Amino acid sequence: MYAFDLVKPGTVAEAASALAGGEAQALGGGQTLIPTLKQRLADPGTLVSLSHIDEMKYVRESGGTVEIGGGTTHAMVAKAVADIYPGLADLAGRIGDPSVRNRGTIGGSLANNDPSACYPAGALGSGATIITDKREIAADDYFQGMFTTALDEGEIVTGVRFPIPEKAHYSKMPQPASRFPLVAVYVAKFADGVRVAVTGASEDGVFRWTEAEEALGANFSTDALGGLSASEDGMIADIHGTAAYRAHLIGVMTKRAVAEMS
Amino acid sequence: MPKDSGIGASSKRREDVRFLTGNGKYTDDINVAGQSYAHFVRSDVAHGRINSIDVSAAEAAPGVLKVFTAADFAEVGGVPCGWCVTDRHGNPMQEPKHPVLAEGKVRHVGDPYAVVVAESLSAARDAAELIEADIEELEAVIDMKAAVADGATKVHDDLTSNLCYDWGFVEENREAVDEAIKGAHHVTTLELTNNRLVANPMEPRVAVGEYDPWKDEHTLYTTSQNPHVIRLLMGAFVLGIPEHKLRVIAPDVGGGFGTKIFHYAEEAFCTFAAKALKRPVKWTSSRSEAFISDAHGRDHVTKIELAMDEEGKFLALRTDTYANMGAYLSTFAPSVPTWLHGTLMAGNYITPLIYVNVKAVFTNTVPVDAYRGAGRPEATFQLERVVDKAAREMGIDPVELRRRNFIDKSQFPYATPVAVEYDTGDYHATMDKLLEISDRDGFEARKAESAARGKLRGFGVAHYIEACGIAPSNLVGQLGARAGLYESATVRVNATGSISVMTGSHSHGQGHETSFAQVVADMLGIDEAQVDIVHGDTARTPMGMGTYGSRSIAVGGSAMVRATEKIIAKAKKVASHLMEASESDVEFANGQFTVAGTDKSVAWGDVCLAAYVPHNYPLEDIEPGLEETAFYDPANFTYPSGGYACEVEVDPETGQVEVLAFSAADDFGNVINPMIVEGQVHGGVAQGIGQALLENCVYDENGQLLTGSYMDYAMPRAYDVPMFTVDHSCQTPCTHNPLGVKGCGEAGAIGSPPAIVNAVIDALSGHGVEHIDMPLSPQRVWAAMHGKG
Repeated sequence: MYAFDLVKPGTVAEAASALAGGEAQALGGGQTLIPTLKQRLADPGTLVSLSHIDEMKYVRESGGTVEIGGGTTHAMVAKAVADIYPGLADLAGRIGDPSVRNRGTIGGSLANNDPSACYPAGALGSGATIITDKREIAADDYFQGMFTTALDEGEIVTGVRFPIPEKAHYSKMPQPASRFPLVAVYVAKFADGVRVAVTGASEDGVFRWTEAEEALGANFSTDALGGLSASEDGMIADIHGTAAYRAHLIGVMTKRAVAEMS
Repeated sequence: MPKDSGIGASSKRREDVRFLTGNGKYTDDINVAGQSYAHFVRSDVAHGRINSIDVSAAEAAPGVLKVFTAADFAEVGGVPCGWCVTDRHGNPMQEPKHPVLAEGKVRHVGDPYAVVVAESLSAARDAAELIEADIEELEAVIDMKAAVADGATKVHDDLTSNLCYDWGFVEENREAVDEAIKGAHHVTTLELTNNRLVANPMEPRVAVGEYDPWKDEHTLYTTSQNPHVIRLLMGAFVLGIPEHKLRVIAPDVGGGFGTKIFHYAEEAFCTFAAKALKRPVKWTSSRSEAFISDAHGRDHVTKIELAMDEEGKFLALRTDTYANMGAYLSTFAPSVPTWLHGTLMAGNYITPLIYVNVKAVFTNTVPVDAYRGAGRPEATFQLERVVDKAAREMGIDPVELRRRNFIDKSQFPYATPVAVEYDTGDYHATMDKLLEISDRDGFEARKAESAARGKLRGFGVAHYIEACGIAPSNLVGQLGARAGLYESATVRVNATGSISVMTGSHSHGQGHETSFAQVVADMLGIDEAQVDIVHGDTARTPMGMGTYGSRSIAVGGSAMVRATEKIIAKAKKVASHLMEASESDVEFANGQFTVAGTDKSVAWGDVCLAAYVPHNYPLEDIEPGLEETAFYDPANFTYPSGGYACEVEVDPETGQVEVLAFSAADDFGNVINPMIVEGQVHGGVAQGIGQALLENCVYDENGQLLTGSYMDYAMPRAYDVPMFTVDHSCQTPCTHNPLGVKGCGEAGAIGSPPAIVNAVIDALSGHGVEHIDMPLSPQRVWAAMHGKG
């Protein structure tokens, strides 16, 4: 990596001001950024570590929602929301491996918006609200394509508020090498409808499979998915999976998630 | 009763104490006062002409000692190849120069064309970005068959083509094989790929070069499986340093799997630069660098044809293989697809006529060389896949078809039509044991249970032969080896009876320090803890050829036995003097010398002391001291064999394969340490599962490596392997080495891939799938099932 300065603010306000210059880069759990730096693919000058900000590490339940601080690690989420929102806890508990789960954070994952990350599916599938140091953004407006979000330069994801569904399940087909999702589907059933979010599959990053949402909204069963197939247009094609295979897996993973919830 | 010490005991691995407590001393742990750091600047194109390299800005950068390019190596040799293959027309292979740093052209992504040496690694990396290299990209040669087509772009302009050699074996059989195939009742044909692999030892390669001007001596610390081989190749062929002025040390080495056999340019560079700069020079590979600079493995494309009569008796076998050499010839690359591959094509079977054709091809990829098994996995995979396919086509049970063609135990020693003579074996016995431990009889019930859950269950077997104990020097010399392949040992008995054994073998995970000590302690009837094994340092050990080809216990262990026999013979002379008895009456057992028919005895320790404090000693007959060296060069290879069975479950919706059970019935001859042997099989099978289901090194058409990190190169993880069932109770000891051992280091990686693939094909038998190329990734299995392959 290139030489850089490391800033360790203790509050969101200090972090925001450290990032204000434009030269600095926020460092969450570092699960993507640190390997990028080691390969000299980024030269941020200053890293602003978000790991020492206590006000970004919390889990709060109130009125049918659970809010999770942006600096909360996957391992902490897996434990702390297990009784509150088991579908999300299960997703967090199956990200990467133990070292990833104990370093990586929900805010970092959502700010990065890797097209094969797990959390974007959980957030979009839940209809969550992304809370930043400046505003609140609905998940439907937040994810704007591969590695692209509604965040402004220097804006920090300080928390995420999830409406708690009646039930939810995350079905993941891992890519053999990275164990990121080759295709994974998050299905959440609310009193007023069903949300289905797909990660790993699309060149545009996480997306909602609206046909499946409508079908499941009318009849929440695997039978309802019988005639549906996701289009292979715009699907990622690489050495691990063709577009046709990924499109096929969307159907399989959705069906399996619904089966787990039935 | 299992023994609790000596030969046959599962002694705990003594070296694991330091490895597991963080006290291992690896090459990267070695830091020499005043050392500098080398950063290799590597090509990011697969093929390019170097028009110019301007290093002036880099040399002026802070902390930089010097920037080296090919011009600095004008006076030294290229990295040599250790084996010359003669083609089917009697001509030597085409052998291009492999310069330490690229000259004129870069030939693969990762080919180094400059090195920055600086006071720190970050200073070297910073400066490397200031190098102005004008490299004109040329068309990349990637596909092997296209590489040997007329008019193909040449990897090496001074060669006549990209064909390294066209090898035929046994060439005299060529027409007879063609005739036999033409007239056969049935011919089964299979086209397959043996996937390209990256060895990925846990420890990446490291080299530290040091030069002592006071004595004009060089020292190289390196991650090698064979420090003497490195000393010979680098000293004699590259740098012109006589061996008495060059010491090579390979301390603890964290896995080799073949890729640390070879002499690499980085070793020569650090040794050379240390003298040029009068500063120690250290290079540590990053993992990313390892993917583009460690020699890769396998990468064969093969068509195999098996001809049979009405009963399924094998009549003839013909194979046509393209073997990728990569851009340069790595140390033993030419031998792998030829002598380590063609000679094993008979397998466990009586096949009267065999013809193997191999075309070795240069491409703009990383050099390819030996990887755990080296040639034998390629042979076993083809053969055991085609036999399985033949069984389906002939409507014969795959186990039964194998049995009909097995060489019977009464036929040993058995000379195959491919030039080797198997000394011992009992293939029906290992097959019987395999079917027992894998519970093949219960498979149909288990398959029905899987089907009830919507899963497809399959059972596959494979039976392998391998040639291990890689040696006979006179034989390998005839086959083109440019080195001998004996092994050495010095047994040094210290004055108070403890022992240091200096071996030319090298341990990089195999547990030699434990199992070798068991052998010597057992022979002397003393405590294993009294025996220390010294390896990995050319200044401390006799000239030895190192560890690969499952040769260490068979060849290195035999050298220890011979040296220890000399020790015992001399000690008996000393004991006979001390006991005033005739030497012929002295017996030695359990650490005691006795005189037959008397109560006279003298202990091992007393004899040792007498040898070094020779106050009462037959100085007129024998010398003081107790230290003996032996070199051992065996009469033949050893031939481990065994049967492997794999049981898998396929998820038909995703194509995901799960290995539910894996059983191995091996014949390794006598076994020194059963626990270590089982561990070697476990590791080999895990790598076989990696090759069969996960690992694949992929280049795109421009020669860019698509699998340059663990994000895309899939290594097996703990949950990819089942609990193994392994057995080595079928033992037909080797007849020509003193321990009766055969070697076990590679068997798991040789026998397992065909067993796994056969199991998956069995699971898919209702879907019309005849073959899927490795790795059997979920996508490939799904595509094959749905006709989208």
